[in-house]
Amino acid sequence: MSLLLAQFLAGLASAASLFLVASGLSLIFGVTRVVNFAHGAFYMLGAYLAYSLTTHLTGPLGFWLGILAAALLSGIIGGVLEILLLRRIYHAPELFQLLATFGVTLATQDLVILIWGPDDLVGPRAPGLTGALPILGQFLPTYDIFLIVIGPLVLCLLWLLLHRTRFGILLRAATQDREMVGALGVNQKWLFTSVFALGVFLAALGGALQLPRTAVTHGMDLSVIVEVFVVVVIGGLGSVPGAFLAAVLVAELNAFGILIYPAISLVLVFLVMAIVLVVRPYGLLGRREGAARAPLGALLRPWRPLHWVGSLGVAVVLALATLLPFGLGRYGLGVATEILIAILFAGSLQFLMSVGGRASFGHAAYFGLGAYGAALAVKWLGAPMELALLAGPALAILGAALFGWFCVRLSGVYFAMLTLAFAQIVWSIAFQWVTVTGGDNGMLGIWPPRWAARAPTFYWMTLLLTAAVVLGLRHLTFSPFGYALRAAWDSELRAEAQGLRPKRLQWLAFTIAGAVAGLAGALFAFFKGSVFPDAIGIGQSIDGLVMVLLGGVGTVSGAVIGAIAYKAGSIWLLSQTDYSRLVLGLLIVFLVVLFPKGIAGSLQAAWLTIRTRRPKTGPGA
Amino acid sequence: MSALLEVENLAKSYGGVHAVRGVSFALEPGEVVALIGPNGAGKSTCFNMLNGQIRPSAGKVRLDGHDMTGLGPPEVSRLGVGRTFQITATFATMTVRENVQVSLLAQAGRAFSPWRRLAAFAVDRATDLLELVGMAEAAARPAGELAYGDLKRLELAIALATSPRLLLMDEPTAGMAPGERIILMRLMAKLAKEKGIGVLFTEHDMDAVFEHATRVMVLDRGQLIATGTPALIREDATVKAVYLGEGLLYGEPGP
Repeated sequence: MSLLLAQFLAGLASAASLFLVASGLSLIFGVTRVVNFAHGAFYMLGAYLAYSLTTHLTGPLGFWLGILAAALLSGIIGGVLEILLLRRIYHAPELFQLLATFGVTLATQDLVILIWGPDDLVGPRAPGLTGALPILGQFLPTYDIFLIVIGPLVLCLLWLLLHRTRFGILLRAATQDREMVGALGVNQKWLFTSVFALGVFLAALGGALQLPRTAVTHGMDLSVIVEVFVVVVIGGLGSVPGAFLAAVLVAELNAFGILIYPAISLVLVFLVMAIVLVVRPYGLLGRREGAARAPLGALLRPWRPLHWVGSLGVAVVLALATLLPFGLGRYGLGVATEILIAILFAGSLQFLMSVGGRASFGHAAYFGLGAYGAALAVKWLGAPMELALLAGPALAILGAALFGWFCVRLSGVYFAMLTLAFAQIVWSIAFQWVTVTGGDNGMLGIWPPRWAARAPTFYWMTLLLTAAVVLGLRHLTFSPFGYALRAAWDSELRAEAQGLRPKRLQWLAFTIAGAVAGLAGALFAFFKGSVFPDAIGIGQSIDGLVMVLLGGVGTVSGAVIGAIAYKAGSIWLLSQTDYSRLVLGLLIVFLVVLFPKGIAGSLQAAWLTIRTRRPKTGPGA
Repeated sequence: MSALLEVENLAKSYGGVHAVRGVSFALEPGEVVALIGPNGAGKSTCFNMLNGQIRPSAGKVRLDGHDMTGLGPPEVSRLGVGRTFQITATFATMTVRENVQVSLLAQAGRAFSPWRRLAAFAVDRATDLLELVGMAEAAARPAGELAYGDLKRLELAIALATSPRLLLMDEPTAGMAPGERIILMRLMAKLAKEKGIGVLFTEHDMDAVFEHATRVMVLDRGQLIATGTPALIREDATVKAVYLGEGLLYGEPGP
């Protein structure tokens, strides 16, 4: 009994920081409709700044001042970021804001290492709160009790701010109808900036308050952002009390999950999230979000099959790609093969996004299922590569069909979050089911048979599969099915009135995208000779999104160009600099600001402008 | 013999608010029936229940004697009900012709077909439909850049694509230029007459209602308060009072 109580209290203490970060994210989303991926980065920044400040400012007063100053400083940095970056891209599709803030996250990771070094840092204990209190025979750290109080306290302060001040009233009004608030003469710019700064302040405070509890590491941003996404989605985006409720729920699930069955704790949280979203699609206390922004579709013009110049170009590129092994060394060919696999992966996501209209944030799940499916077939069934390359996609299809059935029921940001949650479930299964998957050590020795083992042969095989599948996806785009899918995205209302069934169409598209991603994963397993849980990680999912968005949604060639640019760029950067994430992150930010339509999209737009020789009048121009 | 559309005691309430209560009527093939009423009378709610977008709280909807209460929009569409919306719903990222072609897919059972290109699918039928509404010239234009009047005409072509026996038109001429309105309403009347399509429409333009409707139903606060020929409704005292407003009767010679 006393153990359960102690565990419950420890859970409440963990909930405090989670709530702080989540409420910040929720506030920002409510007003600006931006899902701030960089929120984890600010959480981390807050912790690092607090470390530096509290080690320099000594004494009890110094410690608390340091914590507060770290959060304030981060808030100011956040405000500056909003002015410099986000203001330029509020009118871009919401995915681009996510991408830009992801770029900021990447850059911050390296900046933190540059400034504070790669080692974990342990900060000072909180003065006056270093002891432990006996509660029913169990000892609970005093600092935990402090945190348990902090959570509800901040909730109350936020409530007062939102309901008892002019700023709060404006904020709530903007959450309901931004345009109207603007029309009433409120300066939206500063409202947005101040909300962003406030949200970042809360995130950084959450990070800073972790200082006496855990070491400060440069990986804490990604781990917290996933958990916070889950909290915010369970609680309902834009709802502060919802964030509190969900933070407590998630923290308690973690606390008791570990107690009952450690291996299931990771899965448990995501399972609860999936259930909540299916039962209450907008979270426990969330409301249906208003369509505040033009959907991705508004950027698209009618698709056209390639001009004959384009077809010729594709043929030339394919011919050149076939000849590549004669001009490239072993290393170069390896890079080329990896790029091909990336093209396949990006192409599958591209299909889902620009034809199906659904942006998955967990597409790595199906890449990973493909990779593990192939590896498991080799390891446990002794299957040859030819069979394993079928087994991989088959497992991916199963996963995509199962998860997709739930996912297509949701829309927008919630769809993105649920796909992310399912990907994390798959990841945690691969990570924790050590006896089957090898866990963190991965599965080794997944090599191709002798005929395909030479680098050129494997390259050609990959090229053949990639070219065939990408052309197949392109064909599908122009097929009746492709159009029916786009119809469902353009106007669900109209599509249904014509007898189309949007959810079924999207479910099939989801499964097809999963199958192709699975093939990419299976090829990847044989290319590397091994599979690790990384293949299902957030990084892999984000890579896919970056490739598609860089290339440009709304063009099949976009995925190809984006994959080549991103993969080649990141491999080259890795060989050139120790701070590749910094360069890459900044690059992503610049690309989003300069080319809101992506590389291929911008080229296409420029080409259309030249060809028609008249000013652009299309929607979204 | 049963009517084309039979509505029996249709009702919808949201919590304590009764948007539609106990609406019953029937509609024969070839009839053009106007459903009029002040804003908030429940016209759109009625329409949305008829095409399956909203599930009725009570009552029955039958098409040709076939019970379709509670079916979703795709199923209702397949039974032969076409619909246009108060705010046009078309496919903005497609050309005008593609809009019609894609609208033909579900009925042809080709919505999931990966074979061949949509561009080659039902070209003749799409062209015919576009000619019918006078949009053939614009076939290759992106729907996203059409003027609103053209969008309304395109939407009619889309609604007709499924060869509906019953056509539900929610304010078919709202936002159109006067000349265009007349053409569209005449087209609607012609379709009903020649193809025997039953048409149910809502409209705020009383000229259009009185000129083209074979029958007018008046809805007020969720209930049908009068039904009859245009001439009858024009003179109905209750209708004048609740809907047209005293002394503001449309069509009466001014002072």
